[in-house]
Formats: sequence, structure tokens, C-alpha cells
Amino acid sequence: MQQYTDIEEEKEYNTLNLGPTHPATHGIFQNVLKMDGEIIVSSEPTIGYIHRAFEKIAEHRPYYQITPLTDRMNYCSSPINNMGWHMTMEKLIGAEIPKRAQYMRIIIMELARIADHIVCNSVIGVDTGALTGFTYVWQDREKIYEVYEEICGARLTTNIGRIGGFERDFNKTTWEKINDALNSIEKRWAEFERLLSRNRIFMDRCIGCGPITAEKALGYGFTGPNLRAAGVDYDVRVMSPYSSYEDFDFTIPVGTNGDTYDRFMVRNTEIWESIKIIRQAMNNLPEGNYHADIPEFYLPPKDDVYTKMEALIYHFKIVMGETDVPKGEVYHCVEGGNGELGFYLVSDGGRTPYRLHFRRPCFIYYQAYPEMIKGAMLSDAILTMSSMNVIAGELDA
Amino acid sequence: MGIELLIFKSILVLVVFTITLTIAAYSTYGERKIAAFLQDRIGPNRAGPFGIFQPVADGGKMFLKEEIIPADASAFLFVLGPSLAMLTALMTGVVIPWGDTLTLNGVEYSLQITDLNIGVLYIFGVVSFGVYGIMIGGWSSNNKFSLLGAIRASAQMISYELAMGLSIVALIMTTGTLSIKEIVDQQATWHWNILYQPLGFLIFMICAFAECNRAPFDLAECETELVGGYHTEYSSMKLGFYLFAEYINMFISSALMASLYFGGYNFPFMNSLGLDQNMVTILGTVVFFGKVFFFIFFFMWIRWTIPRFRYDQLMRLGWQSLIPLAILNILLTGIFTMREELKNWLFN
Amino acid sequence: MVEYIFYALSVICIACALLVVFSKNPIHSVLYLILAFFAIAGHYVLLNAQFLAVVHIIVYAGAIMVLFLFVIMLLNLNAETEPHKNMLTKIMATVSGGLLLVTLVGSFRAAGQVEMVNLDNSNIGTIENLGKVLFNDFLLPFEISSVLFLSAMIGAVILGKKQLS
Repeated sequence: MQQYTDIEEEKEYNTLNLGPTHPATHGIFQNVLKMDGEIIVSSEPTIGYIHRAFEKIAEHRPYYQITPLTDRMNYCSSPINNMGWHMTMEKLIGAEIPKRAQYMRIIIMELARIADHIVCNSVIGVDTGALTGFTYVWQDREKIYEVYEEICGARLTTNIGRIGGFERDFNKTTWEKINDALNSIEKRWAEFERLLSRNRIFMDRCIGCGPITAEKALGYGFTGPNLRAAGVDYDVRVMSPYSSYEDFDFTIPVGTNGDTYDRFMVRNTEIWESIKIIRQAMNNLPEGNYHADIPEFYLPPKDDVYTKMEALIYHFKIVMGETDVPKGEVYHCVEGGNGELGFYLVSDGGRTPYRLHFRRPCFIYYQAYPEMIKGAMLSDAILTMSSMNVIAGELDA
Repeated sequence: MGIELLIFKSILVLVVFTITLTIAAYSTYGERKIAAFLQDRIGPNRAGPFGIFQPVADGGKMFLKEEIIPADASAFLFVLGPSLAMLTALMTGVVIPWGDTLTLNGVEYSLQITDLNIGVLYIFGVVSFGVYGIMIGGWSSNNKFSLLGAIRASAQMISYELAMGLSIVALIMTTGTLSIKEIVDQQATWHWNILYQPLGFLIFMICAFAECNRAPFDLAECETELVGGYHTEYSSMKLGFYLFAEYINMFISSALMASLYFGGYNFPFMNSLGLDQNMVTILGTVVFFGKVFFFIFFFMWIRWTIPRFRYDQLMRLGWQSLIPLAILNILLTGIFTMREELKNWLFN
Repeated sequence: MVEYIFYALSVICIACALLVVFSKNPIHSVLYLILAFFAIAGHYVLLNAQFLAVVHIIVYAGAIMVLFLFVIMLLNLNAETEPHKNMLTKIMATVSGGLLLVTLVGSFRAAGQVEMVNLDNSNIGTIENLGKVLFNDFLLPFEISSVLFLSAMIGAVILGKKQLS
């Protein structure tokens, strides 16, 4: 065998620049692949192409102006980012949120999770070459976006909710639209699953593609569906419930191999679980106020602003960003679309954060990417990337 | 060869050429409409009623786009690639029997441009040459994605040509001729070859998908991995030629499948309708095109439903499944055709 | 008519064959070789051997040259990376090439006495006749050559396998 190893060393490798603008890298990533024919020998990811210095910008912004920054991280599920940030602030100022607002938040967050998973799973389909599923289920994402639109007027970068709750209660149309969206997702998602999840070619492509073991995944700090696909039942919603998740009955799907197919299936199942959670929240929605009683942070109604002195003062203070917050350090995390989305906030008592760090799951997943695609084929690498749901906006912040 | 025949054949060549190009152009429209139908969308609807002039608009756009030849590309080969693809795509239509004979002024005219006694082999020859268009184009673009696409295409073409040839061998064993016209005539009324060669047809069809570079075998140009594959660097009508060639190939493969396995211009009860020969011929041609359109639809249906293979899976399917199956099919066909002799030899 | 076609094809064939040798770029060499094959296929057609012509194109131009092109594209050879041969190799190449030429000229001189085959029967090259001749008159050589192909195939598979134990 000696003579063959000699030849191996002399092998000429080919360098392939995958990205920064490549149709398969959904976003702006660069991967310099060293290839032996179609097989990847090693890869070198480059990040930072859309780095917008959110953490630094946040240090100069009043608290309520940081919400739009969080929108632009994981733009597939921005409501979860918004809610996460609001909850972090509420933890810092010690606000008590009414149950109704908490349930409303859960509805919005689960809708966002469904939208996120729809994007991810249908894009896995696209990267294997089946475009139809993608455009077909996109209609449901549209329906979810219409719900956002009804609540806050925006679609992609939602800036939904306020510190302390929501800016207004959900109106009748919103409830109708949510119901409509759920019914339609149930129907269409079942079709999508029938199209792909038992398709021979799809299974051959996905099973064993980009696998990661539970130990490795934990070592890298994986969370969310990617960790659960590897077989670890860690979910922030269960491990440290926030926003009354403990009131709900749902299961956490867990995979075994941590490969693309498991990630796909975990996300599929999570969509069904999310639908279940939303239904429960809608059926058991408590009566009450839709926002907390924190006048220093929650904008007063417009009528009061024009007629009452205190309301006008609070309005002015909030809008000018002149409300001080208590000193302290908080960490709050939510189960984002693709993992534990954490906000580490240090406040020195001023109008802006002293330091704000976002724990962005995509940033963590992407570190494992070179290891996961080593020895795989080019097609596998692309599939692995899309199945991890690495979103450039969140990766680079 | 009389002068009338020459004129008739010239007209036929022009007609086939025009029809091929028109069908190829409208396949793009059909593809988009069918994709839209399958995906619950509307599809092109701006150019003319129902977007019917979309292919014209696309063609016009292709001609008007800037022609870009990469700085480090070898310009001659860069132009030669799409030309070869188009040339080989158009050459195959010559031996397809588009219909039976027409009798005009007491002279019989065949609706086939030329009846080569090696028609099937001729198609193979042209198709096997077709890969050069892709290879030359991919290599001369001087782009790694193009090169990968070209390499994938050539490996795929060679692998699937083998299985395709072997599946045809079994067909030729039952028909005993290589002339497509004769093969079609043998399938008169309902004696279609699909009934005698179901496995052969399946293999042939899969290989036809692979030879046309259509999904699920579109590895050579898969946009999610190789950007555009071999035509990444192409623009303007040179890109149009590649895309056109693909649709022409699809049309010709459909015509070939219809002729070889689905009776060509034959249809059940064609002789008991009491119509005169010319009428039956025209009806037969219409039926033939119906079959062709069905296969084109089938091509598109598959493309918009099924994911694509990975490179190694594709090779495994070609070499480890299709070729052994095709050889088995030849064996079975041989046993079937020689069953009387075998019986005599075994029991006497 | 046939004569003119013959001369045209011959000129194309010889020119392409020379260009195969003289062109600097190996890809161009391969493409000229393919053109030469086409000219030879034309000669077959002139000899009423359509089957042979088509098979020649399918096998040589359609399969073997594709593999050639495939390998050359993968190696990415060009004028700069071509290794320089030393003097001894050049001399040896010249000598052996000259010897080949002598052999060829000798065989052509000997072939001058072969009597011409009568081509009046235009069906002589069709697939039926060829098949009959192959399986009746030349059955044994035909089968032996197929065994030869099989052994070549097995050899290629063994060479292609990465792990040898």
C-alpha cells in the first residue's frame, strides 16, 4: 500500500470559491473549498460580509429603539427576536406582564417559528432540486405575514409589540386571519410532507448528509432544532419557560443521527407542535389587559397625551429616550427559529445599554460547518448549509 | 428521385424545422405555465392573452442582450459550444416518422424526411456527439463552475448512453430492424412495443431524461450548486441556444419514445374507421403529436416534482441498476423470442 | 461526384490529423482528432458501410473522445505546464517515429496488389449483411475479440479500484 499513499500526497486539489454571491448560500457567506474533484477536502468559511455592528449601535440607542435592530438578525422569524428583546428589558426593569399579553406573545412567536421552519424546510427542498414544494408552501408564509401586517403593519422586519406588551389588542380580523392561516398550514404542510419526506431521492440525498454527533453538537454549543436532531432534548421553552410556556402541552421532537434528514423531520414535527400551541393559546386566552402597567416604558394612549399632563411627560420621555433603567446585568433567552436566542444586557443605569450581546445561534452553527462538510460532496455541503438554517443576517449581526 | 419529391422533401424539412423550433419555444412557455399550475401560481400572463407571446418576448430579449465573452475564454470554442448543441439537437429530427404516407396526385409521399436503415443508430450517433456542445462550452468559459458542470454532463452522458443503447438492443431483437419507420409500422393499431418491452421502455425513458439533462438528472446545470453549470458564463442568444437545444432534445426524445414504444402515428381502430388513407395519415400525425405532447408534459411534471440526484447516486443508478437491468431485459427478450427453439432443445 | 467528396474528405482528414500533432493546446488536438474521425466516417459512407460509419462515430467520436476530453479537461494541461523532454527522449521519439513510417510505407507497397472488392451491391454494408458475415464466416475471431474486450474491462476495473490488498 506504500506506493499508493505516495500518490495520495501528490494529489492536486482544486480551490472553489463558494460565495459570497452564490445562489445556494442563502445570504452572503464565503466558503473557500479545497476540492478533490467533487469531494471537499477542507473548507475555510469567511464571515462578516453583512456585519452591521448591531451590538455597538445598540450601545448608543435608547432601549425601545433597539427592537428594530433585532428584526434584522434572523429576518425569517423577526417577531421572536422582538419578543426576546422585550422580555429581556422587562426582566431588567422587573415588569409584571399580564397573562393575556403573554399568551398573545406565544401566538406570535409560534407563528414566527412556523414561518421560519417553512422557509428552512422548503429551501432544503429547493437545494435538492424540488422547487415546487418551496413555492407551494410559501403561500402559508404569506398568510402568517398577513397576520403580522394586521397586528403591526409590517411584514418582514416587524418591530412587533412593545416593552411591556403590545401596542394594541388583536382585533377581530387578526383572530380570523390566524385561524385561517392555521387551517391552511395544516392542509398544505401535510401535502408538502407527503411530497418530500418519503421521497426516495430526497431521503437518499438527506440521510447521512452533514451529520453531527450529540457530543460534538453540545461541544460547539448547538441549540434548537439542530441540537435536537442530534438527539439532545434541549428546548428553552421547556428548560426555562418564559412567557407562560409552562401552561402549554406540547412535545419536543428529537432526532437520532443529527443529519439533514433528521433536521428536516424535527422542523416538520415542530410545525405541528407549534400549531398545537397556538390552538391551545387561542382557546384558553385569558381576559385582561394587553400590556403591563409600566408608564415609564409603555407609551400612553394618544388621547391622554393630548389631554393629561403626566401622559404627555411620559410620552416625551419615552420618545426622547430619557427614561433611566436600573443598574444590573440580565441574560434572557428565548427559543428562536433556529436555536437559543440570548440577550445579555449590562446596564449602568443610563438611557442606553452599557453593553448588549446577542447570542446568535447561527454564528455558533457556522463554526461547525467546515467540520460537518469535510469529506462530503459539493451537493452535500449546500444541503448541510440550508438544513442548518444559517441566516447571514443573524450570523453577522 | 423526381423533382416533385425533392420539392416535397424540402418543404417537409422546412416544416419540421419550423415545428421543432416552435415547439421548443412554446415548451418554455408550457414549462412555466405547468410549473405555475403545479405550484399554485399564475405563470407568465403579461405578453399577450394568457402570456401567449412570452416566448417571442423572451427570444427578443435574448437577441438584444449584451454578448459577453469572458476575457480568458477561448473565443472560438466559446461560440462553438452552443452552436454544436443546437446543431446536434436539430439533426435528430430527420429520421423521426412524423406520419404515414400522403398520396397527392397519385404519388405517395412519406412524412419522414429520410428513412435510414440505421435510423436508431443515427440518432445515437448524433446524441453521443451532442455532449461536445456542453463540454466545449463548459471548458472554454474558463470558470470552475462551468468546468464542473461540463465534467458532470460528460460523465453522465456516457454512463446513460450505455444503458440506453442496451435497452434499445432488446427492442431491436423483437422488431428485427433499425429503421424507425419499420418499427413504427410493425406497431400497427394497438400492437405497441410498450406491451412487449415495458422494462426496456422504463430504462429508455430514464436514460432519455438523463440524456436531455432534465431533472432529476440536471446535475450539469443545477443552479443551487453550480450557479448555472456549463452555461454560467453565457449570455445573450448563446445562452438561448443552450436552453433551446435542451427543449429541442426534450421534444425529440418525446417523439422517439412515442415512435419506438407507443406506436408512433398508429392508433387503435385506425383501419376500421372507414376513412381514406390521407385522412388516416393526417389523423395519425395529430395522434403522434398528442403522444409527443404527453411526454413533454411528463418531462415537465417530473421536473417540478422530484428532487435531483447527487453525483455519486446518479452514477450508481446508471452503472449498478440500469445497465444490469437492461442486460437482464436483453436476456429475457432473447428467451422470449427463442422460446420455441428452447422448448425443442430442452425437451427433445 | 463521389471522387470529389473522397478528395475533400481526405484533405480534411489529413489536415486535421496534422493539426492534432501540431496544435499547442491539447484540447484543440482532441477536437481536431474528432474532426478527423468524422472525415473517416465519411469515407465509410462512401464505401457503402453506413453501419460502420455510424458505429465509428458513436464509439470513437461519441464515447472514447469524450473520455479523452474529460481527462484532458481535468488535468488542465496547457503550453506552460507541459514538461520539457530531454534530448535523449527527443532522439528516441524521432527514431521510433521514423521506423513506424518505414513500416507503414512498406505495408502500403504490399497492399498495392490487393484486388478491389466489387461494390456494385449497395447493400453490402448494411447491418443485416454485416451481421450475417460476422456470425457465419467470422464467428470465432468475433467471439475471441469480445473476450479480449472483457479482459480489458476487467483490467480497467482492477486498475481503477483504489484499494489493492
